[in-house]
Amino acid sequence: MKKTYSIEVDCANCANKMEEATKKTPGVKDAVVNFMTLKMNVEFDEGADEKAVMKEVLKNCKKVEDDCEIFF
Amino acid sequence: MTKKQKKMLRRIIITVILMIVLHIAYEAFGAPADPVTGKTTSRWIVTEPVWFILYMIPYLIIGHDILKKAFKGIMNRQVFDENFLMAIATLGAIGIALIQQNGEYTEAVAVMLFYQTGELFQSYAVGKSRRNISALMDIRPDHANLVTENGFDTVDPDEVKTGSIILVQPGEKIPIDGRIVSGETTLNTGALTGESLPKSVREGDDVISGCINMTGVIKIQTTREFGESTVSKILDLVENSSSRKSRSENFISRFAKYYTPIVCYGALALALLPPIVLMITGNEPKWSTWIYRALTFLVISCPCALVISIPLTFFAGIGGGSRAGILIKGSNYLEQLSKIKTVAMDKTGTMTKGVFEVSGIHHSSIENEKLLEYAALAESFSTHPISLSIRKAYLDNLIWTIDEKTGEAIPKQPDEGQKEKRTLDTSRVESVEEIGGNGVLAIVDKKQIALGNRKLMDRQGVTFKECHHNGTVIHVAIDGVYSGHIVISDVIKPTAKEAIRAMHAEGVNTCIILTGDSKHVAESVGKEIGVDKVYAELLPEDKVSIVEELLSKKTDKSALAFVGDGINDAPVLSRADVGIAMGALGSDAAIEAADIVLMDDDPLKIARAIAISRRCMRIVYENIYFAIGIKVLCLILGTIGLTNMWLAVFADVGVMVLAVLNALRALRLPRV
Repeated sequence: MKKTYSIEVDCANCANKMEEATKKTPGVKDAVVNFMTLKMNVEFDEGADEKAVMKEVLKNCKKVEDDCEIFF
Repeated sequence: MTKKQKKMLRRIIITVILMIVLHIAYEAFGAPADPVTGKTTSRWIVTEPVWFILYMIPYLIIGHDILKKAFKGIMNRQVFDENFLMAIATLGAIGIALIQQNGEYTEAVAVMLFYQTGELFQSYAVGKSRRNISALMDIRPDHANLVTENGFDTVDPDEVKTGSIILVQPGEKIPIDGRIVSGETTLNTGALTGESLPKSVREGDDVISGCINMTGVIKIQTTREFGESTVSKILDLVENSSSRKSRSENFISRFAKYYTPIVCYGALALALLPPIVLMITGNEPKWSTWIYRALTFLVISCPCALVISIPLTFFAGIGGGSRAGILIKGSNYLEQLSKIKTVAMDKTGTMTKGVFEVSGIHHSSIENEKLLEYAALAESFSTHPISLSIRKAYLDNLIWTIDEKTGEAIPKQPDEGQKEKRTLDTSRVESVEEIGGNGVLAIVDKKQIALGNRKLMDRQGVTFKECHHNGTVIHVAIDGVYSGHIVISDVIKPTAKEAIRAMHAEGVNTCIILTGDSKHVAESVGKEIGVDKVYAELLPEDKVSIVEELLSKKTDKSALAFVGDGINDAPVLSRADVGIAMGALGSDAAIEAADIVLMDDDPLKIARAIAISRRCMRIVYENIYFAIGIKVLCLILGTIGLTNMWLAVFADVGVMVLAVLNALRALRLPRV
């Protein structure tokens, strides 16, 4: 399952870090953060609860970049 | 400017004012510490600790969020981020100033100030270009006029169901794909194809969303939902395109990941090793000098310029392409496109129009117009493609020019305004007899018309003249007398030759035609447009195997593109390094199968796409070399003590600003 979310982040390097952090979150199969369009494509593992996973993703992203926001 | 940016701007301005005031005050009331005694010779009551506190005010105003982020970063074990680096560098500088009691707090504040200014500029520039590029690509219609019993309602295009009637006024965009049920107008497809060629449409014609209605009011019955319409599909594709990252983008993210820690450890080594070596060798260790140099190192270590400018360049390149009617599905394809050395292309529909048209009338013993009229009438009841092209040629009212040498007539389409409306008066046709595989025999205006191939002529006992041209030859005999022949062939696109020349000029070594057509036809087309090699009489699977063979022969540094119309060459499109589909307007199959989609069927766009990609990649490399070069230079100068923190922060912020400005050049379209 693939979903796209709007994000808010200030710098391109932070976007890269968010991508890394998202990829490492359990339940996420793959993720791409697009700094230019401020969007995040997340591919979830089979049967993952996307809301719960996204909460974790946001938590992990906040760890690497305090200033970021994901709208889900 | 966003709220955040405005707030930052205020902080920057306040800090600048405070710093100026403090500087004047310091000149008046404070003096540097005596290096020998370590005491300040203040002329007034303001002493060193007071200066320290006063300077900390602007420092905290400008840098408090950086300090906070750095602290949080340490807590989250994200040590090597730029906040941490800036915090350490500036706090270190303040520390040195405190120890030396020389009142040099300006530097720390200034470094923080420049850093924040740079960040503000970056966020502003990126935000602005993001909006600009998005606006450029924005072909999204914002409303649809749904026809109701009393007039029309303006609704969200998303709410319009398939089969509804919508009204499009002059100046509006067609929001949803459909068919015209009433009205007649001229459409501008410029937003989709990049070429503002007006196209006239009337009742019964299919229209696609994204075109701008220019002249008349039309009513359209929608054939799709908004989400399935051409315009939504294209937007989807473009918006997701920069998510497919190129190798250079991935290289930069990896580079950034290693660069910062390496520079940090380098800084640590620079702070510790030389003083220790100096101490061991019995010299003065000069701790503060080396620590200061190490801190300078940290300021340079931010990889921002690279990390921001590379994706921005790709984004701008893709945006520029889409403005020209060239959709690039990802940065990776843009990168591949720049390396293309071999272009294999389909003939029919790619280099030729793919529709059979009357391309000449030869040896006619009566007027060309007359001959065509009789032929069109004789064929007026047939639906065979050849009959259709003969009828079309007559109805189009072609202008015939006679080649003086050969006496052959060559047709030309009349200009839009000069088209005379013609009709076929079928009552003039008395009887038609179709002879399968041969042609037709008809009686028109009481004359016996025989229209067909050589077999028919033989059958009718008419001696005919052979034709040496490519294509299908239709001989015409009137009352048993040979009256000439009409040649019907696939016409080479007007820009085909120019396209091949432009591709060669853009660095393509070999242009190859792959076609299922006969060798004779393929070779004559190939020769005319100037391709390097022709493979003819191929089955679809042969095309795949030839492309595979070509792929195995080429080096890693070059790439192979296949250009097709996307209808039956999907396997080849996906096998090639870059699959280019053309004439995609209205064809979903092509949009799906290809990596690069040319919205109209102009082959010149292939060269244009290559030119865009090459320009984009040149900017990418410029930025990579420029940014890394300046940083390395500053690191070296920093090590030997030739730069200070001021220069370092200029190197960091300045490089970033220049790289961003350079990246935006990718938006401008190169000429081919």
